[in-house]
Amino acid sequence: MQLAYIVRRFGVFLLIVWLAATLNFFLPRLSGQDPVRAKLLQQASLGGYAQAGIEEMTREYERRFGLDKPLWRQYVTYLGDMTRLDFNYSIANYPRTVRDLIADALPWTIGLLGVTTLLSFAIGSVLGALLAWPRAPRWMMWLMPPLWALHAIPFFLLGLILTYLFAFQIPLLPIFGGYSAGAVPGFSWHFLADMVSHALLPALSIVLVATGGWALGMRGMMVTTMGEDYVVFAEAKGLKPSTIFMRYCLRNAILPQVTALALALGQILSGAVLVEVIFGYPGIGTLLFQAIRENDHFVIQGIVFIVVVALGLTTFVLDIVYPWLDPRISYRRA
Amino acid sequence: MRAVLRYFRRNPSLVLGIALLAAIVLFIVIGRLFVDVEDARPLSAPVLQPPSQAYPFGTDRQGRDLLAVMVAGTPLTLRIGFIAGFIGVGLGAALAFVGAYYRGFIDTVIRGIADIGLTVPGLLVLITIAVSIKGTLTVNQMAIVVASLAWLYPTRTIRAQVLSLRERGYVEVAQLSGMSGPGIIFVELLPNLLPYLAATLVNSVSAAILASIGLEVLGLGPIDAPTLGMTLYWVNFNAAMINGWWWWWLAPTVIILTVFLGLFFLTVGLDEIANPRLRRSA
Repeated sequence: MQLAYIVRRFGVFLLIVWLAATLNFFLPRLSGQDPVRAKLLQQASLGGYAQAGIEEMTREYERRFGLDKPLWRQYVTYLGDMTRLDFNYSIANYPRTVRDLIADALPWTIGLLGVTTLLSFAIGSVLGALLAWPRAPRWMMWLMPPLWALHAIPFFLLGLILTYLFAFQIPLLPIFGGYSAGAVPGFSWHFLADMVSHALLPALSIVLVATGGWALGMRGMMVTTMGEDYVVFAEAKGLKPSTIFMRYCLRNAILPQVTALALALGQILSGAVLVEVIFGYPGIGTLLFQAIRENDHFVIQGIVFIVVVALGLTTFVLDIVYPWLDPRISYRRA
Repeated sequence: MRAVLRYFRRNPSLVLGIALLAAIVLFIVIGRLFVDVEDARPLSAPVLQPPSQAYPFGTDRQGRDLLAVMVAGTPLTLRIGFIAGFIGVGLGAALAFVGAYYRGFIDTVIRGIADIGLTVPGLLVLITIAVSIKGTLTVNQMAIVVASLAWLYPTRTIRAQVLSLRERGYVEVAQLSGMSGPGIIFVELLPNLLPYLAATLVNSVSAAILASIGLEVLGLGPIDAPTLGMTLYWVNFNAAMINGWWWWWLAPTVIILTVFLGLFFLTVGLDEIANPRLRRSA
């Protein structure tokens, strides 16, 4: 029974990855653009000579790239390349492959988003639980409106405002990039400190916004949980309030939050594209931004594919792990 | 009238949301009366003027009067949001009602597409679509691009609501008295979901505006339209932050903030109407 469940979930994962690859393959072809011809024409006009022989050259290049083959042959080749994570060369940074570029950017994004997601989850869940708890200090009620308001702001706008305040008006923190110009990336304390100081502002703008969402969700779940009969029963038994809070309310209310956390971790790669762009942070988002500017289609497609694979993989792992977290869900129900 | 006022006092989020959005509308309407929108084009003012008597919001590096840009651009951004939001909720509601009421194969397909579509990060799919389109987009095309994914979330949430609603007694009575399927959907189900649909619509508009601004900041927007997102794109493009041209990003930021906060509080307020159970816990 368990094996069937895992196999079925894996099937869904493969389906998502296949859909992403197919979308990547057909969307550019639907648009009717002819990249080879366009590039040749562009170079011809740059060189300033007549466009004689362009048709022959186009045909020759299409033969070399396999673009003259029937569509289904191209599609099969493409799917083969994708399974080997071979995304071709970057057009803008020619000798480098798309896979290299993505591999360079990944650690930055995973580091920034991983830390901020976990941090805002922890802070938000505790805050949300306390906000619903009648014995929490009064002043905590005053945290609600600002949390709500921050939650409604897009990450990158808060990033703009924070940059202005803490990097421009009061030059406390660096304004741009992932590390100082001239610093050599490596595992020295000096470089680590430099890296953290650069990550602080983008991280802050993500944490401040995201915490509100976690707190709101947790508060809602706590309110529901506190109305349950077993909590009333625990109170009637005369259990300590702290025990009721931790073991009866928090333990049960946090389950949906954990699901949401796993989904949020799946969104890590694409979650803060704009924050990275605003701060010039050397992650996936900035790579994507540059690729869009330079019309580097292969890089764009590679990033989209990697992000979808990462997401499908997290969902898959979550589906496998969840019945273990919450015994009420069994493997049988899909 | 007095009852409305009394209700407003009980639902401050709704009042705050309406007030913020009214401020935006007022700004646009009054601005249209006093500002020449043509000044939103490049080369209509001296470049990089900080705010002054003549140019209250300053001017940018290409010589746009930023006050005129805001007056011309805010409605454009809102238009993208409303077109995409309406298409999204309209399509979503239609699919949800059909799927959840008739069940069966159609429902399985609709639910499957919505579920899988929602796991894929929307902004990236929108980027792929926008990159594939030849040439630059117009504002309306932009709205259509954003709308292409805007129906997924409404479909799922409205479907869940319809599923619980169709088990109610009055739906059964209608069925037994021989009412047709479309009749039940329009007469029995739809009116009961109106407040919920309204909250969903506001949510979708907000999400669509966010998505459109995202695409625009990445440089995939309508290059020649002075929308709020395109203004932020130029801000980023010209590194206005590092150069200290604070007025350039201040105006669009404040307006976008007001729009998002207004829409957010409006949703919270509408949620309260749609879901009276929240009243006790709030």
